[in-house]
Amino acid sequence: MTAINSEEAQIPADGSILRLGLGLVRRQVAAHPGPFAASVIGAALFALFTVVNTVVLGRVVDDVVTPIFDDDQLDQGLVTSAVIAVIVVTVLRVIGVVMRRYFAGMTAERVTRSTRHQLTDQYLGLPLEWHQTRPTGQLLAHAEGDTEVAAEVLHPLPFSLGVAFLAFFAAISLLLADPLLAVVALAIFPTLILFNRYYSDRVKHPAARVQHSLGVASAIAHESFDGALVVKTLGREAEEVDRFEAAVDDLRANRVEVGYTRAAFEPVLDALPNIGIVVVLVVGVYRIDAGALRPGELVQIAALFSVLAFPMRVLGFFLEMMPPSVVAQARLDGIYEAEIPAPPAAPAALEQGPVGVQAINVGVAYGSATVLDDVSFTVEPGEVVAIVGSTASGKSSLVQVLAGLVAPSTGAVQVGGVDISQLDPDSRTNAVGLVFQESFLFADSITANIDVAGTATQADVVAAAKVASADEFIEVLDHGYATIVGERGVTLSGGQRQRVALARALVRRPQLLVLDDATSAVDAAIEQTILSSLQSTLSMTTVIVAQRLSTIELADRVVYLADGSVAGIGTHAELLSIPSYESLVSAYEEASS
Amino acid sequence: MTEPQTSEAQTSDPFNNDDGAGESAISVLRRGIGASPDLRRGLRATVLIGLLVAAGRLVIPILIERTLDRVRIDGDVVSVDLTPVLISAAITLVIVLISGVGSWIAQRRLVWNAERAIAKLRTDAFAKVHELSVADHNETRRGVLVARVTSDADALARFAQWGLYAWSIQPTVILGTIAVIAWYSWVLALVVVIAYAPVTPLFKWIQKRQLAAYDAVRTSVSDMLSGFSEAVTGAAVVRAYGIEDRTRERLHNAIGVRYRTKIKANKYQASVFVAGDLFGGIAFSCVLIVGLWFRSSLGLTAGELVACLFLTSFINGPVGEIGETLDQTQTAIAGWRKILNLLDRERELIDPEPGVDVPAGPVAVAVADVGFRYREGPPVLIDVDLEIPAKTNVAVVGETGSGKTTFAKLLCRLADPVSGTIALNGVDLAAMSAASRHQTVRMVPQDGFLFETTVGENIRFGRPGASNDDIRAAVDDLGLGSWLARLPDGLETEVGERGSFLSVGERQLVALIRAALADPGLLILDEATSSVDPETDQALTTAIRRLSEGRTVVSIAHRLATAEAADLIVVFDQGRVVQQGPHADLVIRPGIYRRLHQAWEGNTKRAA
Repeated sequence: MTAINSEEAQIPADGSILRLGLGLVRRQVAAHPGPFAASVIGAALFALFTVVNTVVLGRVVDDVVTPIFDDDQLDQGLVTSAVIAVIVVTVLRVIGVVMRRYFAGMTAERVTRSTRHQLTDQYLGLPLEWHQTRPTGQLLAHAEGDTEVAAEVLHPLPFSLGVAFLAFFAAISLLLADPLLAVVALAIFPTLILFNRYYSDRVKHPAARVQHSLGVASAIAHESFDGALVVKTLGREAEEVDRFEAAVDDLRANRVEVGYTRAAFEPVLDALPNIGIVVVLVVGVYRIDAGALRPGELVQIAALFSVLAFPMRVLGFFLEMMPPSVVAQARLDGIYEAEIPAPPAAPAALEQGPVGVQAINVGVAYGSATVLDDVSFTVEPGEVVAIVGSTASGKSSLVQVLAGLVAPSTGAVQVGGVDISQLDPDSRTNAVGLVFQESFLFADSITANIDVAGTATQADVVAAAKVASADEFIEVLDHGYATIVGERGVTLSGGQRQRVALARALVRRPQLLVLDDATSAVDAAIEQTILSSLQSTLSMTTVIVAQRLSTIELADRVVYLADGSVAGIGTHAELLSIPSYESLVSAYEEASS
Repeated sequence: MTEPQTSEAQTSDPFNNDDGAGESAISVLRRGIGASPDLRRGLRATVLIGLLVAAGRLVIPILIERTLDRVRIDGDVVSVDLTPVLISAAITLVIVLISGVGSWIAQRRLVWNAERAIAKLRTDAFAKVHELSVADHNETRRGVLVARVTSDADALARFAQWGLYAWSIQPTVILGTIAVIAWYSWVLALVVVIAYAPVTPLFKWIQKRQLAAYDAVRTSVSDMLSGFSEAVTGAAVVRAYGIEDRTRERLHNAIGVRYRTKIKANKYQASVFVAGDLFGGIAFSCVLIVGLWFRSSLGLTAGELVACLFLTSFINGPVGEIGETLDQTQTAIAGWRKILNLLDRERELIDPEPGVDVPAGPVAVAVADVGFRYREGPPVLIDVDLEIPAKTNVAVVGETGSGKTTFAKLLCRLADPVSGTIALNGVDLAAMSAASRHQTVRMVPQDGFLFETTVGENIRFGRPGASNDDIRAAVDDLGLGSWLARLPDGLETEVGERGSFLSVGERQLVALIRAALADPGLLILDEATSSVDPETDQALTTAIRRLSEGRTVVSIAHRLATAEAADLIVVFDQGRVVQQGPHADLVIRPGIYRRLHQAWEGNTKRAA
């Protein structure tokens, strides 16, 4: 199988990742300074009292343990104050850790929350054209995964900053203990940082490849399980397993590469502080022998080293998490960049009653592909006009332009004599009812699905459902109109869904109703009932994309589209003189007979 | 109208419901290691890493003790016996280096074995999914199944590389440290153990709350995602009806709930982590007090007591990390259990080895007393008895939910009947070899799913190895030459994800050509319900007519025109065959068929 839909792992050039990552972190922190500050204070508290803890240990050795063993005299006051010091330092350090972790989590969660809010606004604000060019799965992945990954770098950040504090306090404590030993000991910091840098450089690219191959494997699983029925009927299970196995093998190889790099890094990280301690002890005994250092101070320095290993690792986490966060943020930025069109400056409103609609030289193009070209026609108020055309003649695009969902690339659409782009958005959506072939239901009650704005009475909802011939099947559902449909509710058949969607448009009493093949899955007999009750009960203009002869015949006039242009306008009888129209319609006739 | 899936969707979901959620982690581990022999090899490496890292760390306090005990304090004069210290330091250095190199090698082994085990687990789970019967495949479960081979396996993979490593080190360091303290003084070791003892019930207590908090997080995430899903998949409706504000408000609410649940879960995480530190302080104080108080009866030197204090402070880190690792382990184990449950599912459709081969040519179908239900759902088919002579063209008619689609699925053995048998040319369908069955029976599904590749490749799936000429011949046989010619790149035309670049009708054309290539003796056609544009519809009609020649055909008829033209009509109602016979007979008898036919005729008459 060729192009599997997965995004290429995009890692910016070396060096820039750190700059981008720091820029990202700065932006995120600037938006939520409060919790971040609290968490950094926690980290500093932790660092300070971790160092103080080693000082206490050193003092305990020199001032408590050694004298007591030497004099063989237990000074209770001394022991009590030592214990109190240990407990106080521990409690303060614990408070630091809790603050650091809790508020670091809060910072990341707040960033994620505001990213999601921002994403919501973009998703809802961007025009339909934007949505049409993007796969649903990808947009959901942004909302779920990318928002979290982009903020993940914030989790180890306060601790990493804490490492700086730690290094600072440790340096002071070392210098106070013994300047010469401090110089020896402090060499460990740059070494650890260098190793970290080296490691994250080594692991960066394989880590990105892991993400990529994971995407490939998951795309294959999606496709294969989606087509499980076909796979089964064709007996292609073995081939599918081979295909997946190849992707998994690639994933495994990449993961092993990352794992091997880590396998080399972890022992170094473990061993370095220990080697440091050995060196410090050797140098230390000479200093003790020379009378320049007390034994307790040596213990203190050794203890300091043993607590350094883990924080150093955290610095590694931070650097390691940067590339995925930067890449996720880059994907999100791509969405933010899309501009939400501004509402009309001086919005116009519509008169009451049926409104006419006029297409004036309308052209629609997606990229280089022209879908509609120079389409002009007028629908009078109260008229029923059918749009007829073969597949890919541009019917659906025309309907979306007429309803103002998609802006024409060229030309204009007027509703009730007003350019549709100048209409007040609320007034437009109230006046124009559009029903799609693919009926979309919300995971909510039937009532809420019909009355999406939440403004109609239950009587209105039932009345609309009756006109749409939906009342009958709704009444026999377990909970009637309160039945939850969609994702976790009752599954309705295609025809039933279409009827609910139709009722959704009707309950608003639209002035212009646009049906895009909206009753295709409804039984032909029921469709006739619906269409005739539409005309008898409601006064409105109707534009209907029709694929059934019976529907076409209900229309006052027909707009015949061919290859994106108007090939004829007139009554059905008039248009029959056009040979291509005649053959198209007779094909409909055969199809329905 | 498609057969409703409700009967399946509402029965308990064997993959989603957490059957065995109470199963202990140990039991999952045992099952899991049983399923992955590579992991057992990895486990040995894991234990070795733990020992090596622990050794590398534990030599340090011993060195400190050796060093301090060589310090002689004579009043104000402090001197050190240097040689033994240097020897100890050299030995320590060697041990640290050996432990580093050893742990490096052991970790490589662990990575290699763990990754192999997980790759195999993914592939096994993937293969298992394809072995499941169609009853387990539907829209709602698909995402769950994909999660098994992706995210669940990922959680496990993360655990295998990082969690196993942590598990190998932390307990070893803790136990090793206590052992060294005990070597100095068993009393002090006991003091340490007692001081840390409350950690276990505390962890359990927090963990219980933590699990509940995680549950809440999961629920809030799925609520939030369905909110996003509505905003994205319903983009057109949201805009057409101007309900952006309502949608935004709901989504913002869901995002807020997800935020709050996560913050709550974080609180527990933060508190687990500090438990080590807190108890570390207590243990340190206890060792200090006891060590000083009983210094003579314990027979300790100052250096030894300091080493014990030092060692005690070693335990903090690992104890805190264990809390964290426990947390990760929980996630991994949950994912693991789900994968294992999937793998442990009994295969329902087992192909006989060797099976009976049915010779090529038209097939006679005998259906005897067939009953079927989806798992614990209500019966979908009841006592279906049917004889279909070879080369008969059968139309299966019935309302939505009558069982006609399920019947078609049983004919291709996408599931086995719960009772009764289906025989092709006298051979029980369940006894047929898989190869022969795939050769003999072909189904053209309603929404021909296509793989994301070219039209030609999709057709070739019908008969692997078929040449482009074979395909073109099949296309011509079905009268689809002009359709193929209209495709931008002919057979090389890409069809897009799920075949979305082609219309529904065109996808069915591809499925028909695919079937033609296989030359089956029994053809099962599920008529498309969604409207197909007229040209394609004509092409479909012609192709179906030509493909049907000389074969047994069972059509799930959604149009009565198809039924009218059939040799035999079988009417399903509520899972039973209520009428069968040719159109001419059925149309004059009162019954479901006549009623359907009258409604349809009335409509088309008025239309024409």
